[in-house]
Amino acid sequence: CLGGLLTIRGTKKVLQILEKSRKCAQNMSKSPSSSLPLLQWPYCLRRCSYCNFNKYISREDNDHIMTECIQRETETLLRLSQVSCITSVFFGGGTPSLAHPSTIAAVLQTVSRWARLSDKAEVTLEVNPTPVGKSKLEDYCRAGVNRFSIGVQSLQDEDLKILGRDHSSHQALQTVEEARRLCPGRVSVDVMFGRPKQSVESWENELSELLRVCDDHVSLYQLTLERGTRLFKQVLGGEVTVPAEDVTAEMYRCARRTLQQRGFLQYEVSNFARHKAASHHNTSYWKGRQYIGVGPGAHGRFVPLGEGGVHREARTQTLEPDVWIREVRQRGHGTRRRIQLGHLELLEEVLVMGLRMTDGINHEHWEMFSPHLGLREVFGTSREVQELLQSGQLILDDRGLRCSWDGLVLLDSMLPALLVELERQIGPSLQRDHHTDGSPH
Amino acid sequence: MASTQTDTIDLSKFPVDRIRNFCIIAHIDHGKSTLADRLLEMTGAIVKTQKNKQVLDKLQVERERGITVKAQTASLIYSHQGQQYLLNLIDTPGHVDFSYEVSRSISACQGVLLIVDANQGIQAQTVANFYLAFEAQLAIIPVINKIDLKNADPERVASQIEKVFDIPCNECIRISAKLGTNVEAVLQAVVDRIPPPVASIDDPFKALVFDSNFDHYRGVVANIAVFGGRVRKGDRIVSAYLGKSYEVNELGILRPDEHPTQKLFAGQVGYMVTGMKDVKEAQIGDTLYLKEQPVETLPGFKPAKAMVFAGMFPTDQSDYPGLRSAIERLTLNDSSVTVQRDSSMALGAGWRLGFLGLLHMEVFNQRLEQEYNASVIVTAPTVPYKAVLSSPRLIKNRRGIQKNMVYIDDKRVMMKYLFPLNEIVVDFYDLLKSLSSGYASFDYENAGYQAADLIKMNILLNGQPVEELITIVHRGRAYSAGKAMCERLQDSIPRQMFEIAVQASIGSKVIARETIKAYRKNVLAKCYGGDITRKMKLLKKQAEGKKKMRLIGNVEVPKDAFINVLKRKDK
Repeated sequence: CLGGLLTIRGTKKVLQILEKSRKCAQNMSKSPSSSLPLLQWPYCLRRCSYCNFNKYISREDNDHIMTECIQRETETLLRLSQVSCITSVFFGGGTPSLAHPSTIAAVLQTVSRWARLSDKAEVTLEVNPTPVGKSKLEDYCRAGVNRFSIGVQSLQDEDLKILGRDHSSHQALQTVEEARRLCPGRVSVDVMFGRPKQSVESWENELSELLRVCDDHVSLYQLTLERGTRLFKQVLGGEVTVPAEDVTAEMYRCARRTLQQRGFLQYEVSNFARHKAASHHNTSYWKGRQYIGVGPGAHGRFVPLGEGGVHREARTQTLEPDVWIREVRQRGHGTRRRIQLGHLELLEEVLVMGLRMTDGINHEHWEMFSPHLGLREVFGTSREVQELLQSGQLILDDRGLRCSWDGLVLLDSMLPALLVELERQIGPSLQRDHHTDGSPH
Repeated sequence: MASTQTDTIDLSKFPVDRIRNFCIIAHIDHGKSTLADRLLEMTGAIVKTQKNKQVLDKLQVERERGITVKAQTASLIYSHQGQQYLLNLIDTPGHVDFSYEVSRSISACQGVLLIVDANQGIQAQTVANFYLAFEAQLAIIPVINKIDLKNADPERVASQIEKVFDIPCNECIRISAKLGTNVEAVLQAVVDRIPPPVASIDDPFKALVFDSNFDHYRGVVANIAVFGGRVRKGDRIVSAYLGKSYEVNELGILRPDEHPTQKLFAGQVGYMVTGMKDVKEAQIGDTLYLKEQPVETLPGFKPAKAMVFAGMFPTDQSDYPGLRSAIERLTLNDSSVTVQRDSSMALGAGWRLGFLGLLHMEVFNQRLEQEYNASVIVTAPTVPYKAVLSSPRLIKNRRGIQKNMVYIDDKRVMMKYLFPLNEIVVDFYDLLKSLSSGYASFDYENAGYQAADLIKMNILLNGQPVEELITIVHRGRAYSAGKAMCERLQDSIPRQMFEIAVQASIGSKVIARETIKAYRKNVLAKCYGGDITRKMKLLKKQAEGKKKMRLIGNVEVPKDAFINVLKRKDK
């Protein structure tokens, strides 16, 4: 059965281990608690026309080898990061639901062996809603998965074809239903807008239909044309057209409004939840917690305390599965790139990620990364920031810094100014002596 | 081929009759610099490797653009029939803008290698440079290059040379500089056909400053051609121009890198460091002599005539001193730039600079940024008008009034027109050159002030006037000029969080308008894992770009928007 399913082209399993936050003296990177393991399983059965992820087609049945290597790399990186407690695990990438449930179980076991995997930990699996995917859901639950993220994308069958998907909308809805049965209140649905031939009206209808059957979490993504994808070429060649910019802007606007009306709280640019069903995993990304990426092409951010490191690093695992497998076998992990994040770079990420959340960055959270310079000190004096505050796009108050409802839509227009200001304020202080006195805040 | 001699060369071993001073002149891309590379290799000045490409092009901007901007010098040692010769080569730029550099180099030489592409044949600069050399009465050795290429037709080009320049076909040397074919014959021709310099070692020391560089640590490094006598390290010499005296700190020849020596002799070309610190002390065309032995000064240079003008202002007034010293240093090495102080209401204190052409201006700008890290705003210059009444009135018409037409010889005609200066300040010269395939040359004189039918046109961004773009236009052309400027601005200014109205107006009347739409949505959909790194990179790049923008009202305008608008190339 391993063989049958695993003519798998490949899925990226993204194992991300969430770190529990702890305030620390100088910077988060010193805290050795937990992080998010991200497992990348780089295989898919086919490539969707819009996809530019790291995906491959496997020629032999090497699911067993992959599993083994993922376990190995998980162990190596857990030990390297000295993470002690794991609050979330995420299986993503290509198509994790092509992997065998036993693979999931094995990986979770490895995680438990090398760190404490809390009972309440969120374990998410991305699901491609084909009948095959649906049939495995129950086994995944048994293996330890307690949250599903289902790639519905569209409820129009013709659109699914254009997107290169391998399921029908009916099959997708059935998968959602099954997932809701198994993990009620813990199912997320991914939908795409800005698709070819879509209009604001057809989008609104589609959304209504979806809202009748979905669970408590929706992720809305605007279709972006990435260089090198089939869809990009088709659009360039004029075979396919995507809606104009102001149309997609309108689609986003009314989706936000509609979801709000139905009781969903938008907590991030693209993520909406009700009944507290927000994704713990993704929220941690945006809050600047540490995370470990395992598998070909996975990304991570953690401090390699195990080898005496003191700075948080941005790490990427080798992209090609075969090469990655070789490296894992040779030295326990296949890390291709490691870049140290200095104080300023870390703050930049905290800023950019944090503002994507509707709650933004609160003062205490900022203080964990920047104990000497608060938000007001960094941003309060800039003329440009003042203008953004006055125009109502940005809010800086007792809670912290965040975008307004209207401001969120234009976040990327505001970020350059904020980054310039951050650099201006933090830059000079980088010359100061940064030895920690060890006293926690 | 001579052996590689990298150590001390005894220059006293080279009497005047075994010295040759020559330069290579040609139309752009006909292969001057490649031939220079080969000559350097063949005489051992540089080791023969694959990497020898345009060795003499030292400036970053030269390498990037593949053009020679500044003439460089190299001294080569060549063995011919048992004798050693000192050949001084001066590389020259090919672009029409830099013909001034060519005439300076020529003044230090006795002969030229005139290179012609075996396929393209004689081109505009070939002719222009030929005349420069011919008028200076130099020996001219025609060299037909690129014979290795498929379309090469050396026979045709040789007869073209004979017809146009009156030089016998059999005098043409056919080579491939790239492959090195027959280049040895060029060296022999330099020895055989170019006369040695007329200079005697027994005369009192006399040298011409034909170029200079400014070195941060040593001060001015002057390139000199010794026309008589000898000079030694430690000698006290005088500059005729200022009458000031200096001690010779350093002396040497260029191989092409500096090779210090103790002495330089008559007929030789090299460099001298005298501790001159002030930019104004080193005057191109100056004569140097020994303190106790004053001489008659050499004829100086006609100063280059500026054809293209622009205003240059620091991005911020606090950068003014930095920009001033950068311009001073750069113009020391490029005396064909005319400099005048200027000031603008919006931009503060700055300069009005004159260049030999648009390329010259662009290269100057690029060098300012690359070599001196200067951040500059370039604008249309403020051409002085005399106001008769409350509004300025000048005749301004692209159609000049023809005054005169004279035939110089059976191939050249000179036409005199009366033009308003403003019409020609930016791109008239460039356009003239391109319309005539570079053959036309152009000179002007100030004809005084005349009355005209002009109006002042404003450019507004969201109602805010942009001072730097105020132009004076002829009433009949206002609409088309205004529309064109608005369109160009629309292309140069990035979208912002609000709509931007770009308008051209005369008085309070809007005569043209373009709109830059506001962003309605600008936020990345997905931001997980690998997206983060990519997004951060993009955002940081945008943040950097932001720092270089100017704020007009609340509109962010990139620096190069101004120059894009002013380059009115209607093709």
